[in-house]
Amino acid sequence: MMSATYREAIVRAQREALAADPRVILMGEDIGAAGGPFKTTEGLFDEFGPSRVRDTPISETAFVGAAMGMALTGYRPVIELMFADFMGVCFDQIVNSIAKHRFMCGGKVAVPVTIRAMGGGGVRFGAQHSQTGETWVWQFPGLKVFCPSSPADAYLMLRQAIDDPNPVVVLEHKALMAVKGELEADPDRWPVQRPQVVRPGRDVTLVASMAMVRRALAAADLLAAQGVEAEVIDLRVLRPLMADPIIESVARTGSLVVVEENHESGGWGAEVITRALSSAFDYIDSPPVRVTLPDWPMPYSPPLEDAALPSVQRIVDAVLARN
Amino acid sequence: MAGTSNKDTGAAATINSVLGTAGARTAFEKLVLIREFENKVYDSFVAGLVQGTTHLCQGQEAVSVGTVLALRDDDYLTYTYRGHGPCIARGMDLEGAFAEIFGRSTGVSGGLGGSMHLTDMRLGLLGSFAIVGAGLPVAVGAGISARERGTGQVSMTYFGDGATNIGAFHESMNLAAVWKLPVIFVCENNLYGEYSPILSTTPMRDLVVRASAYAMPGIVVDGNDVVEVHAATLQAVARARAGDGPTFIECKTYRQCGHSRSDAGKYRPPGELDAWLERDPIALFRARLIAEGQLDEAELTAVEQRVREQMRAAAAAAAEGPWPEVKPLHDATYADASAARSAG
Repeated sequence: MMSATYREAIVRAQREALAADPRVILMGEDIGAAGGPFKTTEGLFDEFGPSRVRDTPISETAFVGAAMGMALTGYRPVIELMFADFMGVCFDQIVNSIAKHRFMCGGKVAVPVTIRAMGGGGVRFGAQHSQTGETWVWQFPGLKVFCPSSPADAYLMLRQAIDDPNPVVVLEHKALMAVKGELEADPDRWPVQRPQVVRPGRDVTLVASMAMVRRALAAADLLAAQGVEAEVIDLRVLRPLMADPIIESVARTGSLVVVEENHESGGWGAEVITRALSSAFDYIDSPPVRVTLPDWPMPYSPPLEDAALPSVQRIVDAVLARN
Repeated sequence: MAGTSNKDTGAAATINSVLGTAGARTAFEKLVLIREFENKVYDSFVAGLVQGTTHLCQGQEAVSVGTVLALRDDDYLTYTYRGHGPCIARGMDLEGAFAEIFGRSTGVSGGLGGSMHLTDMRLGLLGSFAIVGAGLPVAVGAGISARERGTGQVSMTYFGDGATNIGAFHESMNLAAVWKLPVIFVCENNLYGEYSPILSTTPMRDLVVRASAYAMPGIVVDGNDVVEVHAATLQAVARARAGDGPTFIECKTYRQCGHSRSDAGKYRPPGELDAWLERDPIALFRARLIAEGQLDEAELTAVEQRVREQMRAAAAAAAEGPWPEVKPLHDATYADASAARSAG
């Protein structure tokens, strides 16, 4: 075990991948000498040089598309998208080319592309630089989507993504960059790629991802003081979504609240709730509840942004308001 | 080298000086192969063997053949939904290609791809892209790979005139130029983007000027002259293999059929098609082969007859192929991550 911040975990995972495998090449905007706008490639340019840590033009269509060409011809590109919002300018490359190519080739090729996209709110960046990207990419067969909420997952999920023969979008959260935690270096001790119970409880199941996991845990602390034991599940892997741990939990607690940093309509919460209802309907005692962003873009003004993001208090209130 | 050069690449050269005797025979055979393949796809559509749509390339065969003959076996290609030409020129198995277009399990991709997605990695055929412009950045990536590996490989990407108005084109040209990648941009300017004539969508008829915007050498060729296309491609390939970066080749050509199966091309001005049929790339090359004493009438006819028979047999065999079994397609969707772990 070793201590690191979420940001340092991302750097470490890439350093180890670069050192272990000459096929790994990083590409992105200002990731070279500058070390990345969020310092998520700090030191890697000096250590591995300009051909393995490549500064690109501001040109996501080109370099995300190029990653696919590299992957088809023997390399393992790792792309940094400075903001997850920028997936909008390379969406065709991600969902029509990268996600579907193996399938359209009859399963005869692999497309080992890793796309790191830094998203999420709470940092006052306004409507075009605060989206998580979760609901944009999680519905496409052919992609995997990882959503690390901790330094441990930021590290191991990026290592797993780079090793994976499939394209993986790793959604990293800007508000978590300075969070500290312990990393597990031994792959044999890494958890399987599915949701994970991060706090056990018997009364209600809270499902959250990325930055919302910490808020759900904080809410669980407050609820415990009021005699409500919340079980918190970190969603971790959006695609393929393995709902078994959630269904098993809901069957025990009889109650489900999802906490999601996406707009209410069309979020993954609807899918999680549907799966729970389909498989554990007889065990559910109250209508499932969603705590989400409102159905409007992220406002800049701090009090408005704070009100938009699911707060610890909103989670507590939602749990206590269950019928 | 930045800027453009016009028709300085072999218009006056002899077939022999550019292609050689064996190359001339191969070029003719490949031209006929593509033409007969496309004709057979058309006939098969009429016969109900092909579903959905097809985008055929009759009239543009010289671009595929002239370029592909300048490549090595280990070079890379990306191409478009009108992409049967490069695949056949590259040597794709004919029965597998027909079977794919017929949706059979014996197709090159087991019937999962179809007419717009013929691919065979063993031939460097990285992918056929049905979104306009999408193949260009992928070819740029293959160029990065070739450059990193240092093996002198090149990456060639085909696209139409319409693609030069989409962002992926401009971003790809820029990235290939700024990193001096071994990428050859082959623009098949057939004067129509889908149903729209070029001047209704593009403020110039000569697209080669767009190369100069990226400080990239640009060449214009008669895309219906396989010798001229080949000579230009040889220059571009030599430059790419030498590490001198990308080249843009504009091939002036014409789509003898409509955009897709449902398009009869009635928007074309009277006489235009006839004028271009007069300049049919196969007829032109055929006449020149005879005039320059490369092949005689009997030899040419023998090639044509052999190819037609080959095509008839391949399509007939493909039509006998079984339909894919209806079953979950998870394995085609995702590669097994546990098996492939950590090859580095």
